[in-house]
Amino acid sequence: MAFSDEQLERYSRHIILKEIGVRGQKKLLNAKVLIIGAGGLGAPAAMYLAAAGVGTIGIADADEVDLSNLQRQIIHATDDVGKPKVESAKETMNKMNPDVTVKTYHEFVSSENILDLIKDYDFIIDGTDNFPAKFLINDACVMAKKPFSHAGIIRFKGQLMTYVPGEGPCYRCVFKNPPPKDAVPTCKQAGVIGAMGGVIGSLQAMEAIKYITGVGELLTGSLLTFDAIKMNFHKVKLPKADCNCAVCGTHPTITKLIDYEQAECDGI
Amino acid sequence: MADYKIDDTVDITNVNCPITFVKAKVALEELEEGEVLKIHMNGGEPAKNVPRSMKEEGHEILDLLENADGTYDLIVRKVGE
Repeated sequence: MAFSDEQLERYSRHIILKEIGVRGQKKLLNAKVLIIGAGGLGAPAAMYLAAAGVGTIGIADADEVDLSNLQRQIIHATDDVGKPKVESAKETMNKMNPDVTVKTYHEFVSSENILDLIKDYDFIIDGTDNFPAKFLINDACVMAKKPFSHAGIIRFKGQLMTYVPGEGPCYRCVFKNPPPKDAVPTCKQAGVIGAMGGVIGSLQAMEAIKYITGVGELLTGSLLTFDAIKMNFHKVKLPKADCNCAVCGTHPTITKLIDYEQAECDGI
Repeated sequence: MADYKIDDTVDITNVNCPITFVKAKVALEELEEGEVLKIHMNGGEPAKNVPRSMKEEGHEILDLLENADGTYDLIVRKVGE
């Protein structure tokens, strides 16, 4: 595949980078990334991946755009209120970069459909806002041997980690089980600073780009936390993959996907 | 006269920085390690920046020839795959 003059110009700042170059940009154009959740995290992640020229971007979300989303979900605009989020997200990405094929999945991700959703993708971004979805994505990615970026945001805090099969702990190695329903407030109850989605979602896009191009070190085996009040980033080294982990351990006890009960939330 | 055989040529006189370097990089990508690329470029900024950028990428600069019309030919040997 040869670049058109327009592509050379569009991706010039990538191609100039020694670590990316022509080869890295071609990898991006051939890559397929699935973003689950077109909300506070998924919006910036989707936009940076579209701008970067990731050739196929899937986006899954069952919700419609709500006025209260717009404070942080920057892929949607005021005129999009009421539209399916995946449609609004697709329109924004198509406008940003015609090189990108956007596939939309206007549905809740569940144990029934997740394996089918992720199977054609190289990397998955967890942009969801609830523990049941986070554990489901983790377990499905472990079973299907897919790398993914986990992230969560609330109030002035955010965190992320990356799972790559065989290269470190999974989300369940670290967090074991979802907290009891309603034990942890959702963003709807607790609030979240809008720019937090920008910080953490952009870091998820960065992890996807680095995984695709093979550049540098990923957050495998590490949890990166961000506290915006104190303006502190902490990279916490995690214990090695737990051989007794219920899903990625040597004798997994979770062999079928679980739909945990959801707490009420309007989406991050 | 340096001892080299030119395997390919790219003309970057019709573009501006940084597309100059981008086009040269793309042309170099097509070559095998050890092959030689002639980069035809304008004087001034390209003649100053492109050789430096090529060196930073680890390639070997064989020659920088000034032509009568004020353009330059940069001769680069590809290092690394």
